[in-house]
Amino acid sequence: MIDVRGLTFQYPSGPGFTFPDIACAPGEHLLVLGQSGKGKTTLLHLLAGMIRPTAGSIRIQNTDITQLDNRALDKFRGQHIGIIFQTAHFVDSISVIDNLMLSPFLSGKKTPQSEALQVLDRLNVAHKAGQKPASLSVGEQQRCAIARAVFHKPTVILADEPTSALDDKNAEQVIDMLEEQARQTGAALIIVTHDKRLKDRFQKQITL
Amino acid sequence: MNLLKISWSNIKHKPLNTLLSIVLLSFGIGIISMMLLLKTQISEKFDRNIKDIDFVLAAKGSPLQSMLANIYHVDVPTGNIKVSEARRIIKNPMVAEAIPLAYGDNYEKFRIVGTNEKYPNHYGCTLADGKLFSAPFEVTIGADVARETGLKLGGTFTSVHGYDNAAEDADAHHHQVFTVVGIFARSNSVIDNLILTPVETTWMVHEHPEEPIADSLSSDTTHAEPEREMTAYLIKKRNKGAFGMLSKQTEDTTMQLANVAVENSRLMNNFGLGLSTITAIAVVIMVISFISIFISLFNSMRERRYELALMRTMGGTRATLFTLIIQEGLLLVALGYVIGLLLSRAGLLVLSHFMKESFHYGLDNLAVSAQELALLGLTLLVGLLASAIPAWQALKIDISKTLTNA
Repeated sequence: MIDVRGLTFQYPSGPGFTFPDIACAPGEHLLVLGQSGKGKTTLLHLLAGMIRPTAGSIRIQNTDITQLDNRALDKFRGQHIGIIFQTAHFVDSISVIDNLMLSPFLSGKKTPQSEALQVLDRLNVAHKAGQKPASLSVGEQQRCAIARAVFHKPTVILADEPTSALDDKNAEQVIDMLEEQARQTGAALIIVTHDKRLKDRFQKQITL
Repeated sequence: MNLLKISWSNIKHKPLNTLLSIVLLSFGIGIISMMLLLKTQISEKFDRNIKDIDFVLAAKGSPLQSMLANIYHVDVPTGNIKVSEARRIIKNPMVAEAIPLAYGDNYEKFRIVGTNEKYPNHYGCTLADGKLFSAPFEVTIGADVARETGLKLGGTFTSVHGYDNAAEDADAHHHQVFTVVGIFARSNSVIDNLILTPVETTWMVHEHPEEPIADSLSSDTTHAEPEREMTAYLIKKRNKGAFGMLSKQTEDTTMQLANVAVENSRLMNNFGLGLSTITAIAVVIMVISFISIFISLFNSMRERRYELALMRTMGGTRATLFTLIIQEGLLLVALGYVIGLLLSRAGLLVLSHFMKESFHYGLDNLAVSAQELALLGLTLLVGLLASAIPAWQALKIDISKTLTNA
């Protein structure tokens, strides 16, 4: 459950943004649409606690993350938020499965390796678990990135332009996967995008 | 999954990035540790061989050479001295003990030294087998001699003229046959590499009655007994100030008294200077390796900014990233340290092999010394310093910006 109120953000020497209030219950899916420069990525980074807002509150499961200190925020992010970036990135020197297991290790939220393998299997990339990320195709990398964001059952899944680089068929598949995984784990899913193709897929939308 | 595994994977992932650092560091450490080993072992070995010998009485010449030849047996002696002359000195009440040495032959490059039981007793030698020589041409051999030549109790051999050469012409060979009557247990002293026999043996080998020396002497001199000669006496003093007094007595003779403490410290100073120079070079190499480690860690941190930011989004704290980078630095230097220590051992073994060939002097203690543990501390400090700035930079990574611009 995520609840955002009165959120504003001012870049030190740049644009300022005022965001609409957002509420997204467990299992609910929210699409945030907006053109470039409307602050989509800024919003996503605010929700993830990667930057701190100028004003406003962000409550995730009754914790206002704007009130947490640095260390607590890092841990909270690792335990409660799963993030999927526009392009998938990994720690190159370790295998796919180790990349996934990095998440519970760093956040301290114990999650067995079997669950990571299960999710990789659901996304049809279990056979790549032992390989280095660089040896995977872009599509496989994206699936692994989704698996990494969801397998530890976060409260909120945030996705930044997950489809903008993909063709129609692949875009649909990725959204299917995201929705399916969010449903499986009972998480709130928030997708920010300028991709109009997703407009008809989601009932709940806001536009910046 | 643990942080050490990630650090190690990062080092392994791009080995070329860190190869230069490790090579430089391990060479620096290898050289320093080898110098430490050399210095301790050689001075230990020297001390063991000096063992309470205060002076060397030998023919005039370089006192340093006199010490090297007669105590360590690594140089040729300065000449011979007459027993009748030497007696004046060694009978002096200031002399507590005088060990006679008369030599000039070798067997398979091991010196055959004419002496008496005082010599092995001085080094606390015990017999592993057989007995101590008592009659001429009986020999008791050192442990290394027995091992290298394969001589056994009751074995016989003939000697070759010279100190450590294998004579090529047949003339240099003597015909008298030596018999092994005893083998010393290892004493880690110079005795291990010597063949001991009564002084009379050396005299008898070198008496050539048919040679014109005797004839040339004027007929009125009584030389029913030929003038006996000795190579040197190793002297232990009875009281302080003996050197000046005894030395004065040698002034008008062909003899000279070498002060072992003085000569040895001169030798160690020269030797130490050589070691210090090499050590200084090694320190420079270590400084370069420090810079190299710093650069490679710094570059690797910049290349991996995205990875580090990513780890923050997965719950890693700033402290986690700091630890990760520091740990990589420490892992690198620890690797360099281990390789360096192995290198120094390998170097020492090679050096020891050559020293054994030319001097019968081996260096065989390969254990890690306390000084090397101190070197480990220094090495870890280098790693810590080299990784501090990159780790500090990792602390300050702006994850939002880094991930947006990736």
